[in-house]
Amino acid sequence: MSPSAATPSACSAATAIDQRFASLAEQGRCALMPFLMAGDPDLATTAATLLALQQNGANLIELGIPYSDPLADGPVIQAAASRALRAGTTPATVLELLAGLRGALSTPVVLFTYSNPLLNRGMETFCKEAASAGAAGLVVPDLPLEEAEKLSPIAAAEGLDLVLLVAPTTPAGRMARIHAASRGFTYLVSVTGVTGVRSTLHSRVGNLVQQLKASDGTPVAVGFGISGPEQARQVRDWGANGAIVGSALVKVMAEAHAAGEDVAAAAGRFCSTLRLGLDA
Amino acid sequence: MTSTLSAQTPAPGQPDATALLDVAARPTPAGRFGRYGGQYVPETLMPALAELEQAAAEAWADPAFTDRLHHLLRTYVGRPTPLYEAERLTAHYARPEGGPRLWLKREDLNHTGAHKINNALGQALLALRMGKQRIIAETGAGQHGVATATVCARFGLECVIYMGAEDMRRQALNVFRMRLLGATVQPVTAGTATLKDATSEAIRDWVTNVETTHYILGSVAGPHPYPMLVRDFHACIGREAKAQCQEAFGRLPDVLIACVGGGSNAMGLFHPFVEDTSVRLIGVEAAGDGVATGRHAATITEGRVGVLHGAMSLLLQDSEGQVQEAHSISAGLDYPGVGPEHSYLKEIGRAEYGAVTDTEALQALQLVCELEGIIPALETAHAFAWLETLCPTLAPGTEVVLNLSGRGDKDVNTVAEKLGGRLEG
Repeated sequence: MSPSAATPSACSAATAIDQRFASLAEQGRCALMPFLMAGDPDLATTAATLLALQQNGANLIELGIPYSDPLADGPVIQAAASRALRAGTTPATVLELLAGLRGALSTPVVLFTYSNPLLNRGMETFCKEAASAGAAGLVVPDLPLEEAEKLSPIAAAEGLDLVLLVAPTTPAGRMARIHAASRGFTYLVSVTGVTGVRSTLHSRVGNLVQQLKASDGTPVAVGFGISGPEQARQVRDWGANGAIVGSALVKVMAEAHAAGEDVAAAAGRFCSTLRLGLDA
Repeated sequence: MTSTLSAQTPAPGQPDATALLDVAARPTPAGRFGRYGGQYVPETLMPALAELEQAAAEAWADPAFTDRLHHLLRTYVGRPTPLYEAERLTAHYARPEGGPRLWLKREDLNHTGAHKINNALGQALLALRMGKQRIIAETGAGQHGVATATVCARFGLECVIYMGAEDMRRQALNVFRMRLLGATVQPVTAGTATLKDATSEAIRDWVTNVETTHYILGSVAGPHPYPMLVRDFHACIGREAKAQCQEAFGRLPDVLIACVGGGSNAMGLFHPFVEDTSVRLIGVEAAGDGVATGRHAATITEGRVGVLHGAMSLLLQDSEGQVQEAHSISAGLDYPGVGPEHSYLKEIGRAEYGAVTDTEALQALQLVCELEGIIPALETAHAFAWLETLCPTLAPGTEVVLNLSGRGDKDVNTVAEKLGGRLEG
C-alpha cells in the first residue's frame, strides 16, 4: 500500500463534489444522485436526459460507461450496457458528449467505469481526458483498494475525486480505511448483491451510515437497490448525505423508449418524484 | 515493462530467473504473479476471498484435511492416474534416425472422465470446513460442472451450475449428467452464452449469496486465491508424473505439453516442474478458425494485458477494452481469458505457448483414436495436434509427457457433426 496515497496535496482544494455536498449540508438536504448508462439507447438521448435530470432536482449525476462484462450489475444495467455497446458507445464518445455539455450542465458528473476500459486507456490518460471533458469524479466498482490507492492521487492531480465503495460485508477496520481513502464521498453499497431494484432496504444500512459518519467527515451516499421516493427518504432519514438511484431510473428510461415516448422527459418526471420524496 | 518477450529469452533488466521462479513468490502475498493476478472484484467479495485464502492455508496444514483429501483422491477419484507409453503414436512421429518418446498422463481415467475432479473435490472439502452448504460453479464443456455436481452429491451439498445456453446445446450429454447428479443447471443467455458469460453470472450469484455459498471456480483463473488454490489441487498431476517418469526412464522428462483454455490441467502438470528449468513447458491454445481470422481463443498468442473475472492477465479485447468473443470447437477452451500464472510464465520466458485450429484438433483426435484406442476430449486434442509441429524438432530419445486431460465421449456429437457423419447413420 502506498503511504503517499492517504492525503495527496492536490486533494486539499475543495472539488466540485466537495462543494456540492457542503452546500447541501448547509441547507440540511440529502443529495439526489441518479445513475444512467451513457449511450442507452443513444448519446443524443443521454445528453437530453442529463439536462432533464439537472432541471428536476439531481445534485450529482453518475454516468455509466458501458462495459461488456459488468460483474457488479444486475440484469437491468447489464441490458442497458449491451444496448449502449450495440449503439457503438465508447469511452471516447461518452467524454465527447460530456465536453459538449460544458456550460449547459453544471451538475457534477461522476463517471462509473469498470477497471478494464480504464486500464486499457491507462490511468493517467483516462484521468486527463475525463477531467478535460468536465467530469468531477470516478467510481470503479471492481478496482481493488490497493490499485485504488494508486489511482486516487493520479485522479486528484487532475482534480477528479476517486470515490470508493464499501459493502455490508466489509469488516469494520477495512471500512474505516476505505472511507478515509475515498474522495468526494463514500459509496455505501446497501445490499449484499449486484445492482437492481429491491422492494425493501435492510435496516443494517442505517447502522453502517452512522458507523461511517462517526469515523470520518467524508459524505456517505447509499446506492444499489433504491427503487423510489420512499426508499430515498428512508436513506435520508438514516443520515446518508446522498441517495443513488440507478436501476429504477434505467428501467423507466427503457420503458419510455420501448413505448416510443420522450425518454428524457420520462427520466425528468421520475427524478422530480425522487426529489419530492427526499425533500418531504 | 517490455510488452513482448520471446518464449526463450527473459527481457534484459528482469530480476534473475531463480527468484522469478520461486514458488513462494507465485503468487506474492497480494496474489500477484509478476504484474498478473490480483483481486479485481466488487468490494462485497473481498472478505470471502480473504476467508477462502485463510481456510485453504489452514486446511493444507491440517493432516486431518490432507489425509481425507488423499484418501478420497485414491478411493473415489482413482488416483494415481497411469503414465502410459503411447508406443504407436511414438512410432507415428519417428524419423529414420528415431524420434521423441511420447507418454500420456491419463487424467481421462479419473472418475467423471477428466482432471477437473481433483479441484472440485478439494474445494468441496474446503466448503465443508467453512460451513458453506450451497455450492455454485461455472462450466464450459461441462466437465467442471459434472465434477462439481458429483462431489456435491457425494457430500450432500446444494449445487447450482451456470452454463452458457450455447454450451448446453453443444454439451447436452453433460447437462443431463449434472441433472442426474442432482444439480440445478442454470442456462446463461447473456453475451455470447458461453463460458465467459457463465463465469460472470456465477460471480454475480456469489456477490449476492456470499454469506452462505462457496464458489467452486473451475480454472486457474479468477481473483486471488483461486489461481493458486486450483493449481495446488491439480498439482498432484505433476507430482505423480515426476515420480512416474523417474520410475519409467530414471530422470526428468524433457518436454511437458498440455492444452490451455483457462489453463488448469496445464498448470497442474507444470507446477511441480517450474523450478526444473531443463524441462520445457508447452501450452497449446485453441486457434479456432485460425488466429488470422479473428475467430479463435488464442489468448496468450494474441491477447493484450487486461482484467477479466477478477484477475489481470492476457485477454482478448478490442481497442476500447471491451472483452471479445472467443471461438473454438472445444467448449472448454472457448474463453477470452487465461489464468494469470500462464501469462506470467510466458512473460518471463519459462513456458512456451502455441495454437492449433479446430481442423487440426479434429485430425489429431481421429489419429489418437486410431493409433491408441483412446478417444480424447476435444480440448486435449489440441495438445495432441501440437505434436505435428513439435515432434519433427525434437532429438531422438526426447521424453515427452502430454497431459491427457479428459476423455472425449462428451464430444462425440460435435465430432460427428463436423466430420459430416450422423450418430444414427
